[in-house]
Amino acid sequence: MYKALVYVTLKPSILDPQGNAVQVGLNSLGFDNVKDVRIGKYLEVTLEAEDKASALAQTEEMCKKLLANPVIENYRFDLMEV
Amino acid sequence: MRFGVVVFPGTSGEADCYHVLKEVMGSEVDYIWHQSIKFEKEYDCIILPGGFSHGDYLRAGSIAHFAPIMEQVKKFAQNGGLVLGIGNGFQILTEAGLLPGAFLRNKDLKFICKEVYVRVENNETPFTNNYEQGQVINIPIAHGEGSYFCDEETLEELRANNQIVLRYSSSTGEIKENYNPNGSIDNIASIINKEGNVLGMMPHPERCAEKILGNDLGKYFFTSIVKWLDGGANHGK
Repeated sequence: MYKALVYVTLKPSILDPQGNAVQVGLNSLGFDNVKDVRIGKYLEVTLEAEDKASALAQTEEMCKKLLANPVIENYRFDLMEV
Repeated sequence: MRFGVVVFPGTSGEADCYHVLKEVMGSEVDYIWHQSIKFEKEYDCIILPGGFSHGDYLRAGSIAHFAPIMEQVKKFAQNGGLVLGIGNGFQILTEAGLLPGAFLRNKDLKFICKEVYVRVENNETPFTNNYEQGQVINIPIAHGEGSYFCDEETLEELRANNQIVLRYSSSTGEIKENYNPNGSIDNIASIINKEGNVLGMMPHPERCAEKILGNDLGKYFFTSIVKWLDGGANHGK
């Protein structure tokens, strides 16, 4: 079994109003040094696969087909055997 | 003339669409469940109504776009059939790749449910031919992820091919950022594909298609479709 830890983030060029709201919140809590916050998604995907290469390829395909929308998002993932 | 209204778990706009098509337009209409692997009847127009398909989990429309019925909807569209996506239906069409772009959360993070003004930018489509070019209509919107986005290159292409059909405006048709409720790029409220048979719109015409509701300006999207189909155009069969 493998576990993929998938991080989906908005592309840098995309405005993130949620992140901005959190930044304003942090600033008003006194964290004046916070200059930017970006919010993304974190997914843990547990899968069965023959070997690590196959798990890697499958996770890649999952990201492309569903987990991230390439128009607005980037993704990266870490894969571990569990 | 027969319409099909696709229903996903979490769709909520199907009954309004059905009502307008059946009672206001006098057309034949069926609900089509998302798990259907083929159309049981021949359709002239397929409608993807608004709502929150699959709870809008992950991204609005992202899970609905590979429901079994979507294969049929894609084939239907490829054959020239008319497909209208309203609200969540528009989001599904972008996720399915039938329309370019994607949706982001509204710029002020709030779910917006109110009437807004939009200007008709292209009245030469099967969906808008009963409007005047440049006509301003008030029409309800109801969405949390309604900020349309596409890259600069795609935007240029949309402009060049006259694919922008509705833009958020003032009551007099002025297009400015203050009249943009959700942060959509270029005030875009509706686009059509290059081929001109698949249209997505965030406003809800089915919610303002009868005088008794105080506004029937949305009805003309449906009369446009009927008029276009009556003209003997390709029905996607």
